[in-house]
Amino acid sequence: MSNLVTDTGVVFSRELRPMLRNPFTVVFSMVQPLVFLGLFAPLLPDDLSLQWFVPGIVVMSCLFGTSMTGSNLLFEIQTGSHERMLVTPLRRPALLIGRALKEIVPVLAQAALIVALCLPFGFELHLAGTLLGLVILAVFCLGLGALSYTLALAAKNQEWLFWTVQQTLLFPLLLLAGMLLPIGNGPGWLQSLSKWNPLTYVVDAERALFNGEIWTAATATGALAAAVVAAVGLLVGARAMQRSD
Amino acid sequence: MIETHELTKHFKDVKAVQGVDLAVAPGELVALLGPNGAGKSTTLRMLTTLIPPTSGTARVAGFDVVRRQREVRLRIGYIGQGNGAGHSQRGRDELISQGRAYGLRVPEARRRAGELIDSLDLGEVADRTVSTLSGGQRRRLDIAMGLIHAPELLFLDEPSTGLDPQNRANLQEHILELRRRHGTTIVLTTHYLDEADSMAERVVVIDHGRIVADDTPAALKATHVGDRIVLGFDHETDATAAAARVAAGSVERQGLTVVVTVPGAPRLVPDLLEDLRSAGTPVASVEVVRPTLDDVFLKLTGRSLREGGAAGARTGDLVEA
Repeated sequence: MSNLVTDTGVVFSRELRPMLRNPFTVVFSMVQPLVFLGLFAPLLPDDLSLQWFVPGIVVMSCLFGTSMTGSNLLFEIQTGSHERMLVTPLRRPALLIGRALKEIVPVLAQAALIVALCLPFGFELHLAGTLLGLVILAVFCLGLGALSYTLALAAKNQEWLFWTVQQTLLFPLLLLAGMLLPIGNGPGWLQSLSKWNPLTYVVDAERALFNGEIWTAATATGALAAAVVAAVGLLVGARAMQRSD
Repeated sequence: MIETHELTKHFKDVKAVQGVDLAVAPGELVALLGPNGAGKSTTLRMLTTLIPPTSGTARVAGFDVVRRQREVRLRIGYIGQGNGAGHSQRGRDELISQGRAYGLRVPEARRRAGELIDSLDLGEVADRTVSTLSGGQRRRLDIAMGLIHAPELLFLDEPSTGLDPQNRANLQEHILELRRRHGTTIVLTTHYLDEADSMAERVVVIDHGRIVADDTPAALKATHVGDRIVLGFDHETDATAAAARVAAGSVERQGLTVVVTVPGAPRLVPDLLEDLRSAGTPVASVEVVRPTLDDVFLKLTGRSLREGGAAGARTGDLVEA
């Protein structure tokens, strides 16, 4: 008998299939984070180490790849694939959860690649902290993927709407989270804005965890922020999918 | 298999479907015929649980399409206007995923996928990425996906739109074969007249969201239009005399031509010619014109389906219709 979990499994494995058939696609959405890693990291002031910068880049690769993922659904809405899935007995929330869960896989693969690339340049790997950091990142990524799909469902036949919203939000979120440069040196208004950005807490948690500092307040607030994003994303996403035609 | 009562769908200020009563028995092959925007697809989307009706009810495969969506979905196959397979997927993978979506276990889904790939001649392309397939191949893959769970009822929304004549014939053959072998009930929409004419034993003509006629293609033509016998004469006096003499059907004369509209014309012609010759008004030329479904549509709605199709800006309508 099928239930929400098996339905989600069907959707998840369908989504993952093209990536397994062609693993090289994982690298495509990594181009921008790698550019920042190669061309921006050398510009960092001396007091900011690679150890500080790399966790931000890992979150960035999640942000770039996962926020775009709704465009895959958008394309399937246009071609008719999505419609065909809607007529199957698969439970509607599974159509969203399975897709969002799949986003975790390339993000983890990309994180491993980034870390591996940075090891020869003096990046220190703290395994336990890094693994916990990736769990938090996975939860955040689930929520972000769900939100990206929600945006796709809302945009439906207006592709420009999806890309306008996605591109408009992407860089403010990224900069306000202190992903490239620390917010602490910025003016007060920027620091207050940053406090409203859930991504800030995720980035702070990743920095602490990638540095081997596990039992910190940053870990707790980061995990909480990721959980809130996931809960909100799945809730609005499942509702949007329920109404999809 | 299908029973609708006053099925209605309004989108904001567009009355897409207005009180459709339709009953389809198991094993029937029914074509919904009408121009673009007539409400065919909207009707189909309600019957397949994709959109809820504004009012009215529909039972499909024994279940209400609003209250028992899941039961309906388990029992029907649906092949929409677009391509069902994801473009970055491989055909065989999509077939297996589709089977699993209907609750088949992986080995069973794999076996069914293999069978359908064989029977729809997809062997050479099933393991390629869908985006590299031709339009005809993708359409056959769509059909295979719609059949993975061997549904008792299959809906096809404009199955052959965009295909070249050869691929259309091929697809129609596959659909008819499916029916011969499994007795599947089939409901398809089309704006191709010849498709409705040659495939369906029952044609439901839809216009402006309402059913305007529902019968076999032959009965539709006989009831609504009838055959025309076009008689040519060498002298106008002959034509006038002949027009007065012919008793069958309705008779119209225009110059040297007399047109007799009557059902079953081919069987009447020999006697008619004989009679006119013996009456001293010999016929110089004769032509029997059988009505098309377009004539039926024209008679019923005052508009030609061909124009309607062309207005929908889908290339090929004019040529194909």
